Amino acid sequence: MLKIEGLTAEVEGKPILNGVDLEVPQGEVHAIMGPNGSGKSTLSYVLAGREGYEVTGGAVTFRGQDLLAMEPEERAAAGVFLAFQYPVELPGVGNATFMRTALNAIRKSRGESELDAMQFLKLARQELKSLSMPEDMLKRGVNVGFSGGEKKRNEILQMALLRPALAILDETDSGLDIDALKIVADGVNALRSPESSTLVITHYQRLLNYIVPDRVHVLVQGRIVRSGGPELAKELEAQGYGAIQAAA
Amino acid sequence: MPAVTETLETVQSVTEQGYKWGFETDIEMEFAPKGLNEDIVRFISAKKHEPEWLLEWRLRAFKAWQAMEEPRWAAVKYPPIDYQDAYYYAAPKRKAAPKSLSEVDPELLRTYEKLGIPLKEQELLQGIAVDAVFDSVSVATTFKERLEKEGIVFCSISEAVQNHPELVRRYMGSVVPQGDNYYAALNSAVFTDGSFVFVPKGVRCPMELSTYFRINAKSTGQFERTLIIAEEGATVSYLEGCTAPMRDENQLHAAVVELVALDEASIKYSTVQNWYPGDAEGRGGIYNFVTKRGACRGARSKISWTQVETGSAITWKYPSCILQGADSVGEFYSVAITNNHQQADTGTKMIHLGPRTKSTIVSKGISAGQGQNTYRGLVRIGPKATHARNFTQCDSLLIGDRCGAHTVPYIENRCMTAKVEHEATTSRIAEDQLFYCRQRGLSEEDSVGLIVNGFCREVLKELPMEFAVEAQKLLQISLEGSVG
Repeated sequence: MLKIEGLTAEVEGKPILNGVDLEVPQGEVHAIMGPNGSGKSTLSYVLAGREGYEVTGGAVTFRGQDLLAMEPEERAAAGVFLAFQYPVELPGVGNATFMRTALNAIRKSRGESELDAMQFLKLARQELKSLSMPEDMLKRGVNVGFSGGEKKRNEILQMALLRPALAILDETDSGLDIDALKIVADGVNALRSPESSTLVITHYQRLLNYIVPDRVHVLVQGRIVRSGGPELAKELEAQGYGAIQAAA
Repeated sequence: MPAVTETLETVQSVTEQGYKWGFETDIEMEFAPKGLNEDIVRFISAKKHEPEWLLEWRLRAFKAWQAMEEPRWAAVKYPPIDYQDAYYYAAPKRKAAPKSLSEVDPELLRTYEKLGIPLKEQELLQGIAVDAVFDSVSVATTFKERLEKEGIVFCSISEAVQNHPELVRRYMGSVVPQGDNYYAALNSAVFTDGSFVFVPKGVRCPMELSTYFRINAKSTGQFERTLIIAEEGATVSYLEGCTAPMRDENQLHAAVVELVALDEASIKYSTVQNWYPGDAEGRGGIYNFVTKRGACRGARSKISWTQVETGSAITWKYPSCILQGADSVGEFYSVAITNNHQQADTGTKMIHLGPRTKSTIVSKGISAGQGQNTYRGLVRIGPKATHARNFTQCDSLLIGDRCGAHTVPYIENRCMTAKVEHEATTSRIAEDQLFYCRQRGLSEEDSVGLIVNGFCREVLKELPMEFAVEAQKLLQISLEGSVG
């Protein structure tokens, strides 16, 4: 699904990623953990193609395509979804309008027919129900006046509607209380499938109690320094990043 | 190539070809000699077989204009205009006035068709009557007979002068006097055509009325005059659209619009202004110097202005309401976009004279490229306007870092019981908003369109349905490639 080789990247001339190697096979959930400033968010932005995150070397292949050569919207159409750490507010833009426009843009690029307002509403209501979210979520402006938890849930709702091949969750657990965390995790788990992959980026092990990964990777100073099974997350929780940093 | 550079290049290519209304109609025209003097005023009046009083009226306006100076207080810059170097009358040549649409020059019908305004009634959008003004004259008005059945007069102002002189004489200049301001005086002297609407007592106009203005001829100014009268309890909704060919020269458009609402009458006036804005370097484009004013003369009358201003090199325009009748209501909803080198100084005046009068102002300014956008508004509460209320909201959106947004609100309150509120915000389309939309699969253009439409939502929802869709598309086109 996703293959990252020797990826280096800088932000404002400062090297952040110093040769990341990572492979996420189809159907698997991988977690990337690391201390603050290790390059976790940079990695997610580079994968999504955000401006200002300059790739200086290496390669990223996504389902056989050169991901780095694509525009952000082309990556989205190809199936890359980034759940934002800080979801952005779009005043005056209705959530339903936004999601339908996004879904139709992606459907169009896949050569599928666009959904009209009624068809979309039906689909959106189903997803809301399965995520146990209130329907008024659709009527409000995109993320405007949403609480931290609502914003994160809104990301999961978009993910459910867009059904990405690769979902990247960038610190989705930050700012969530335990109840909100469970709802978000349930949502992510419900979307796990043999066809799709998930990359969970997190600082804390907590989220991984609810979204159990197949593999855990530790990112330190822009490099993956250790990889292992779910038990690695527990080890980190017990010992902290210090030990690994020292070893690296 | 970094996305920014790429976008900037898109801007250029788009702005160079983007104005799809920029074609010119090749049609035999009749001109008055170039320049402006008393003889030209007499020429225009004679051409239109006007009564003596109207010629006198024009000449008084011309005298007033000669003694006036061009206003300089607006935040717009342009080289001096040579008023002697323009034609003040240009009309498609024809033998006799067409009695029906079938007699209208097919070339003109084709022009309007190209603009998306078919004048053949069977092809028209259901429920919209159109008056088409081409350079100096009205070339066609549709659905006239059906409206006549209701007692509604919808025709060109020239026809109204011939057929309803008493109404024209009574109301014309009663809201915007000849000497009101420089451009209004100029218009009063040389106005050539425009629309006239009269809705009698108690009648709700059954369809939207619409005028489509087109400047075609070179070196020509367009000076149209529109007069709308809604008698007691009458209701009318009127739409105005405008385009012009692409030219390197600047052309002047100085219109006057007067609205009169008697007791419990309601007038809704919507504009989608899309005059040629000039090219990416700021060459050419229309100077849009327009005086629009409505008088809520009667108790509980209402006048609502909605404007979407996407075109023109310079826009100088303040659709206003004089709230004279007790409990009368004035509204102003505006979206103004300036891209490339466009400049807009626009807003409104709400003059509260009567008790319990109420006004609402919602202004959305969008600046992109090197555009400069100024909201200038006056809220004046007279001593007798007890318990008057005003609410004003001015929001500015900046796209890029070379444009400007300015807000100049004037509030004059002479009444202790009045309540005036003003809110203003300035924001940018942030990089994170764009990235968020694009990450969800929207193209950069669609992302900007979505964000801008969200920003303008409160105003766009005031437009009649057909216009709202049109306006949304227009907003997107006007801003194509403006990110960067």
